[in-house]
Amino acid sequence: MQSSTPAPTLELREVSKSFGPVRALRSGTLVVEPGSIHALIGENGAGKSTLIKIVAGVHRRDGGVLRFQGAEVDFASTAESKGAGIAVIYQEPTLFPDLSVTENIFMGRQPVGAGRRIDYRAMYAEAEALFTRLGVRIDPRRPARGLSIADQQIIEIAKAISLDAALLIMDEPTAALSGVEVERLFAVARSLRDEGRALVFISHRFEEVFELCDTVTVMRDGAYVSTRPIADTTVDALVAEMVGREVSELFPKQPAEIGEVVLSVRGLSSAGRFRDIDFEVRAGEIVALAGLVGAGRSEIVRAVFGIDGYDAGAVTLLGEPVPPRSPRAAIRAGMAFVPEDRRHQGLVTESSVARNVASVIRRGLSRGGILSSRAENAAAAPWAARLEVKTGALDMHATTMSGGNQQKVVIAKWLATEPRLLIIDEPTRGIDVGTKAEVHRLLSDLAGQGLAIVMISSELPEVLGMADRVLVVCEGRITADLDRAEATPESVMRAATASVTHTGTHVRAEAGAEGRASA
Amino acid sequence: MSDAVLQPSAASPARRVLHDVLRSRELAVALVLVALVVVTTANSNAFLFGRTGWRDLLLTPSMLVLLAVGQTAVIITRNVDLSVGSTLGLTAYLTGRLFIDVPGIPIVVVVLAGVAMGAALGAVNGILVAWGRVPALVVTLGTMYVYRGAFLTWAGSDRINAGDMPRAFRDLGTDSILGIPVLTIVALTVLVVVGYYLRTARGGRELYAIGSDPAAAELYGLKVSRRILSAFVLSGALAGLAGVVSAARFGTVSSSVGMGIELQAVGAAVIGGVAIFGGSGTVWGAALGAFLLVTINRSLPVLGISDFWQQAVVGALIVGAIVLDRVLVRRQERALVAAREHGPDAGPPPDRTASTSSGLPPLVASETHDERSREVTR
Repeated sequence: MQSSTPAPTLELREVSKSFGPVRALRSGTLVVEPGSIHALIGENGAGKSTLIKIVAGVHRRDGGVLRFQGAEVDFASTAESKGAGIAVIYQEPTLFPDLSVTENIFMGRQPVGAGRRIDYRAMYAEAEALFTRLGVRIDPRRPARGLSIADQQIIEIAKAISLDAALLIMDEPTAALSGVEVERLFAVARSLRDEGRALVFISHRFEEVFELCDTVTVMRDGAYVSTRPIADTTVDALVAEMVGREVSELFPKQPAEIGEVVLSVRGLSSAGRFRDIDFEVRAGEIVALAGLVGAGRSEIVRAVFGIDGYDAGAVTLLGEPVPPRSPRAAIRAGMAFVPEDRRHQGLVTESSVARNVASVIRRGLSRGGILSSRAENAAAAPWAARLEVKTGALDMHATTMSGGNQQKVVIAKWLATEPRLLIIDEPTRGIDVGTKAEVHRLLSDLAGQGLAIVMISSELPEVLGMADRVLVVCEGRITADLDRAEATPESVMRAATASVTHTGTHVRAEAGAEGRASA
Repeated sequence: MSDAVLQPSAASPARRVLHDVLRSRELAVALVLVALVVVTTANSNAFLFGRTGWRDLLLTPSMLVLLAVGQTAVIITRNVDLSVGSTLGLTAYLTGRLFIDVPGIPIVVVVLAGVAMGAALGAVNGILVAWGRVPALVVTLGTMYVYRGAFLTWAGSDRINAGDMPRAFRDLGTDSILGIPVLTIVALTVLVVVGYYLRTARGGRELYAIGSDPAAAELYGLKVSRRILSAFVLSGALAGLAGVVSAARFGTVSSSVGMGIELQAVGAAVIGGVAIFGGSGTVWGAALGAFLLVTINRSLPVLGISDFWQQAVVGALIVGAIVLDRVLVRRQERALVAAREHGPDAGPPPDRTASTSSGLPPLVASETHDERSREVTR
């Protein structure tokens, strides 16, 4: 290394990482200089979090170069990366609820006095100093349990600062913070930068990126797109780079006859999750809920289906009110719900295909309370055949099937209840590209047969290819209602990010009104 | 009391300590214990003032205190050790065997052998739990039977009698120093050392962290497997010590010694406020729980309460303690939900935006002192 140009604090070149058949990161490149705040942006699933976890020692890379302060490194554990001087603030705070906030900050490296005895007095004083620096007032002795998300985030930040790290990575640290707290965080970030440390800042809020950062790297589809000084770019240019791919005709939805209103949601609100949600779905229509991860899309459909409760509003299916908090009633009314995490919520992977398919209609199959394999197989066969589930036999275990076939089994299971509305959360997550198209064709066929479909998807091409209408959700509100012609990568991305502000109550109020007006 | 939480620096350290003590589970259990002793003694003077009353009050719980201390270290890490009763039986038999097979063996060597054997048996549990990733309940249930089986095979129809062990060793079971039985002093010494370690050593605090959130402990880079192993080794070693203690105290070792005592140890810890889901509780509480359990068993007959009801009272105490813990945790969780209502999604938080203009660090804390209402937990 030449002494005139100091080595970058962090350097990743063409780093790749796969999880089974899914390539989460194809070619991640990121060079962060000391004394710089570097923004890392990209759509959901662009590979940012995977990249960060490789640096943090959570995952190990499959290939590529990772250098920290000029030296090649390979972190096998979070302890190693921490020891090297890397602090990471994860999206989800990771605190010990039973311990005091001070212990949460210093766990594993508490100040010790004589006899390696923890010096509580010094530790509390240090915590108090950290909180003062962050401009917050938290009792250092109180347990972490019961802290708001924002306060938990503050603890995470205090922890990262106290590490005295050369590199600080923040994965959407501002998502749960209010304006004052964001300002404080930024002031701390700038002072750390002025001390010559390097910071990586992941955010979906462009105004924050432009306010805080000096350099920006864009990622898309698990690969590096560009790095440029923040002064040389604009929001529009960044959005174009984030989404800048062809919306191919990979996912053609066949035009279907749009019929009567099947689902009608009016004024649905749940404190802290979503507000004033209004929309309708008609027979033969695919409505996509688009937006960023954590915008509240899953929460909305979970409330519609009755898994979670809501504070206000009403759900009607085919003109009949659907009672809240009762998935059983929702199923009886004609709803079906394919959850995002099918391995955990939608499929008994240890059971046979037939048993899975028959599981929701078991009540109607059993004779005198006894359920025979024969009855299950008889009920499951037509559905599996209709969806072209490629399994040798119906008694094959679901564990051994590919992601695409698992998804088909879950869908088959719900179709057996003969629903009028299908809610499907991330229909193609973790499914390889070839099978994706099959799932899409299936959904398109089902819509053609008059089923109303609500689809949550974080993948823009899927949304744009499949949906008749796109509802964009942002921070618990519907911020745009776009029909097929209006929906473009830019218009969806803008609605998903542009209205975001720190305190933003008036902007949100407007967005809410707009959502109501257009719904 | 809410003032003390909201304005930490305002309260003097002495007041804070007093406040913590007054709200602690330890004090509550201690009060119940004292009340029980008072009531029983009022009923029958001999309970406390009889020839052996005072000595028995202190001596009888010593074995269970040792087990409860080890059990606490394990439960704090969100695990459990059901094998301690069998470990105790094995080491008690080992103690007698050593005195018979090695005439003139020093007592210290026998004690160390018992502790070492217990530690080895605990290490087996720890390795299976920490590296085998098998739930502790299953592992230690299995080793409970395995160790008991090994004991029965080894001992056969043998039985260690008082005459097999030297007089000096058996005297340890009855001797007192300054009115406190020697075995009680042993148990209390262990209690203080472990209690001090759990409170003031990094390793001790990491046990709490691991039990509080194992996934977060991994992300922190804590050495989770090693810490869990050390907790099981400690539990095993103390069960080994308890085995030696039991041989000294009773003078005989039969094949049923220590049967069922593992559940008493868990019960003592739970009554003493050690959360069964890990992360909180102290050995002080567990030791008091052990004293309470043993004393109840001794005092209910004195009070003329039938055998059936004695068991039921103990059971009710354990269930009550767990229900109390759940209620307290639920209350804290409700407070968390209430705090979220003030989050950014629920509309403008007026208490936070008040200080916008001057929100930059480094700020003196007093400028923002009123900005949030922190709910009082616990």
